[in-house]
Amino acid sequence: MFAYIIRRLLYAIPILIGVNLLTFTLFFVVNSPDDMARSQLGEKYVTPAAIANWKQKNGYDKPLFLNDGSSGLGALTDTIFFAKSLKLFAFDFGRSESGRDITTDVSTRMWPSLAVALPSFAVGICVNICVALMVVMFRATALDRWAVFVFVSLMSISYLFYIIGGQYLVAKQWMLVPISGFDPDFQPWKFLILPVLVSVVSGIGSGARWYRTLFLEEAGQDYVRTARAKGASEISILFRHILPNALIPILTGIVVLIPSLFMGSLLIESFFGIPGLGSYMLDAIRSQDFAIVRSMVFIGSILYILGLILTDISYTWADPRVRLS
Amino acid sequence: MPKGKIDFIKIRMSAAALSGVLVLLGSLLAGCGGPPWNDPNPQYDDNLLTYQSVMSPLPPKHLDPATSYASDESLFIDQIYEPPMGYHFLKRPYELIPLSIAAFPELVFLDEQGNEVAEDDEALAFSRYTLHVRPNERYQPHPAFALDAAGKPRYLFATADEGSRYQQIPDFPETGSRPVRANDFVYAIKRLANPAIGSPMLGFMSHYIVGMTEFSEQLGTLPRTDWLNLDDYPMAGLAVLDERTFTITIKGRYPQFLYWLAMHFFSPIAPEVDRFYHNPGFAQRNLTLDWWPVGSGPFMMVKNDPNSEIVLERNPNFREEFYPSEGEPGDREAGLLDDAGKRIPFIDRAVFRLEKEVLPLWTKFLQGYYDRSGEVHGNTNGVYDQAFVVGPDGVEMSTELEDHNISMSPDVKPAIYYYGFNMRDPVIGGYTEDRRKLRQALQIAFNTEEYLNIFYKGNGIASHTPIPPGIPGFLEGEAGINPYVYDWVDGEPKRKSLDYARQLLAEAGYPGGRDARTGEPLKIFIDVQSQAISNTMMNWMDRVFGEIGVQVEYRPADWNRTREKLLTGNTQVFSHGWLADYPDPENFLFLLYGPESPLDCKCDGANNSNYASDVYDDAFRKIRVLAPGPERDKLVALAVEEYRKDAVWLFAYYPKDIYLNNSWVYNNKRHGVSKATLMYTGIDAEERELKQKAWNQPVTWPLYAGALVVIGLLAPGIIAYRRRQKATARKAGDL
Repeated sequence: MFAYIIRRLLYAIPILIGVNLLTFTLFFVVNSPDDMARSQLGEKYVTPAAIANWKQKNGYDKPLFLNDGSSGLGALTDTIFFAKSLKLFAFDFGRSESGRDITTDVSTRMWPSLAVALPSFAVGICVNICVALMVVMFRATALDRWAVFVFVSLMSISYLFYIIGGQYLVAKQWMLVPISGFDPDFQPWKFLILPVLVSVVSGIGSGARWYRTLFLEEAGQDYVRTARAKGASEISILFRHILPNALIPILTGIVVLIPSLFMGSLLIESFFGIPGLGSYMLDAIRSQDFAIVRSMVFIGSILYILGLILTDISYTWADPRVRLS
Repeated sequence: MPKGKIDFIKIRMSAAALSGVLVLLGSLLAGCGGPPWNDPNPQYDDNLLTYQSVMSPLPPKHLDPATSYASDESLFIDQIYEPPMGYHFLKRPYELIPLSIAAFPELVFLDEQGNEVAEDDEALAFSRYTLHVRPNERYQPHPAFALDAAGKPRYLFATADEGSRYQQIPDFPETGSRPVRANDFVYAIKRLANPAIGSPMLGFMSHYIVGMTEFSEQLGTLPRTDWLNLDDYPMAGLAVLDERTFTITIKGRYPQFLYWLAMHFFSPIAPEVDRFYHNPGFAQRNLTLDWWPVGSGPFMMVKNDPNSEIVLERNPNFREEFYPSEGEPGDREAGLLDDAGKRIPFIDRAVFRLEKEVLPLWTKFLQGYYDRSGEVHGNTNGVYDQAFVVGPDGVEMSTELEDHNISMSPDVKPAIYYYGFNMRDPVIGGYTEDRRKLRQALQIAFNTEEYLNIFYKGNGIASHTPIPPGIPGFLEGEAGINPYVYDWVDGEPKRKSLDYARQLLAEAGYPGGRDARTGEPLKIFIDVQSQAISNTMMNWMDRVFGEIGVQVEYRPADWNRTREKLLTGNTQVFSHGWLADYPDPENFLFLLYGPESPLDCKCDGANNSNYASDVYDDAFRKIRVLAPGPERDKLVALAVEEYRKDAVWLFAYYPKDIYLNNSWVYNNKRHGVSKATLMYTGIDAEERELKQKAWNQPVTWPLYAGALVVIGLLAPGIIAYRRRQKATARKAGDL
């Protein structure tokens, strides 16, 4: 397994280079270094000298990909792409265009993201699995058909509606919790109730429906009939037989997400005022802060790759027949 | 009794017990004291009077007075730093006052040899300002001023590891302070010239302050490995005469320089503070002057978490300062002079929380958790829809606001938004009579008043001149209207008729909106920023121009692309805006000054219309160097007349900011130029607490209803499950 993990980690290097290249190209298709300078310097009294000075100060005074002025390898290395990318692989994210240290910001902001994402994720999975198992227990009945109808209805509603509706009803009309905000030193739980509730409720439709499909497939298997013939209770059949056997597809869907929980949620964090990495990314896009965008995409890619590796490893735990080699 | 019925009774009993517990819990929760459940503000136990407000929609990017140039950043910087000059809080038109200096600067004029000359002397080459720092001006407590037993700075580290335990400024146990010195102002101006800092003022101020360009070039050649003590490098235009006196020498005559001295760029910076922030490893922990400002103003920053909140507290070293006892007419009746003569600031702490979305911001304001609806322009646009309704008598405040006794502080900023013509465009540009008539026809067709009522709920004033109200050169009444677009009827301006616009269009060679020579319909192209226009606006413009037979095509783009078009002159009609740096007509008229055309200066010039008029330019050059007076007023009127005659902008308006204040907030007068008004703000904390409790009683029935729904969903399932488990026969296919 160790060799397998090393091999997968090595595969990650070209993937990360590709992701970085793509991000870099897409960003600079719509923004030139001059645009970035203007965006940072403001709209008044911006002189060509000020733009040149900003570019020089922030390392954007070189060609993007190919430096005709340099010879040999220097033509590739003496460029913005090389200078900005190389440091990423050393996990030196540098400073944002506004001068803040990105590593410090990321390490500070990932905790609020986790504070929302982790309970949303854990409670969401538990609720979805329980609801799906209950529906499977009554499969092919009116309850099952109504449940599917409700699931599809919940899936059809926009995520934004859940957020705004939740804020409007729970926080504005009923005044049960603060409508937004986060303070780690002052009753943080009361700021988390609503975003977690919204995340869980909005995910029930798609989650429970998907799990129901997985469980239904398992419910028709011979071993289920055998267990029932031996006198096992329905609860026992569902949780001790069907659930473990449906774990492989479930793990495929959820383990890959676990590392990405650090990255937070763009919408939830923005609407609920959670100072996490999701809103960090959104702010960076709004303010054309390429240094942050590039770093966040890079971190996201690494976490995703890590999630895929963890998924593979989790298969060996869920199904002893699986061997990684 | 049958088994199933017993199960059902058991379940009902369990449900009833659960409901009972919930009711009891709910009653206990509702009955207990303490703050409302939805209170988002932390409970401070230090009894400091705290002002709760908001920063929106993005946190500040720079708090270094040398680099910041945004109004949302001024909200903080202007409370912490004190530049030499400032503005009177209440008086209008805006009036300059000395702030960190004892009196107005003394001004002398010099010739090339440095000899004193008269103001109107042709030999005049320089203006020298002499400034005396207030004797009681002191810096806030800060670790940069802390000294050890030997009198050396307490926190100077040789390596990053030595200071690694200090993550935030409040982590430093020792602080110090000292009086503000003349050299601190000189040091601050030198920082503007330091290319490593990248101040937006460098390019502009280099034209004025003597020796700034050379100084900047000199610094650019120096190696940058550590802190650079700017005191070691003299700048020709700056001199320190004694501990409290310094001079600034500028080229020629530039009366507006006094206004620049009221901007935070000229606030004092202590060299030891600059040195402190250059400690090794500090920048990696965001311990920089850009994030932890150090000033001598009424407040100091105690928390800077740009991701969620910024907290200011009263600077204990702030000099003795009092609420003004004079204002403009009406201020006394409005209660704005009730606090006259009282020592300021009134509040001890100000908390600014980051709000990115309108719904949470607005809800918290109405729940009483924010004292004001917002602080800077742009924030209020989002609340227009929530705050105002269109009633039979026009735009009115919503009943929700009236019920809360919320007051409104309107403020016409020294700003202008406009759609300009590109005067070099081959179709609509140019200075011939037919082109003027074409542009005037378009101006008349564009009903600015209707546009403002529909899209901004009346929160704007249609412009007749580039100079907004409150600025010298703006004229009220008939004398102030644009006679090419309006008539003066029954004591108010009335837009000329569409028939007249059609007539002008015909005289311009486009009868019925078609080219008289080719028969082709006239189509104008409007470049707009994507986020600044909606489909409804475009439909409305299609309609108003359609009334005179003109077609419109829109070319929405992001700001970068729009800017690129302006720089290359590749536009026909474009949208733009300007927020003044200071309340002087010169700061608006330069938007049309010929040499400011981006096509001529090959720079980001302000004259995006590429307007070129010898009469206008000549008047502007004189306005720039003349002190306020009748001669200058005449020249301003001449320049405005040229602008009107040439019909340079399609339309323009002065935006109104609407700030809403909860009833417990006092001294709510807004200042269009200065943000240094927090020290005048008063709060009635008792009223606030009472109102917050009254407005935020939680509604608990949804909790019970939710519990009942869950029970209602689970109970049938449990019953059915139990029945199934105990059944003796099954239908084929069941589990």
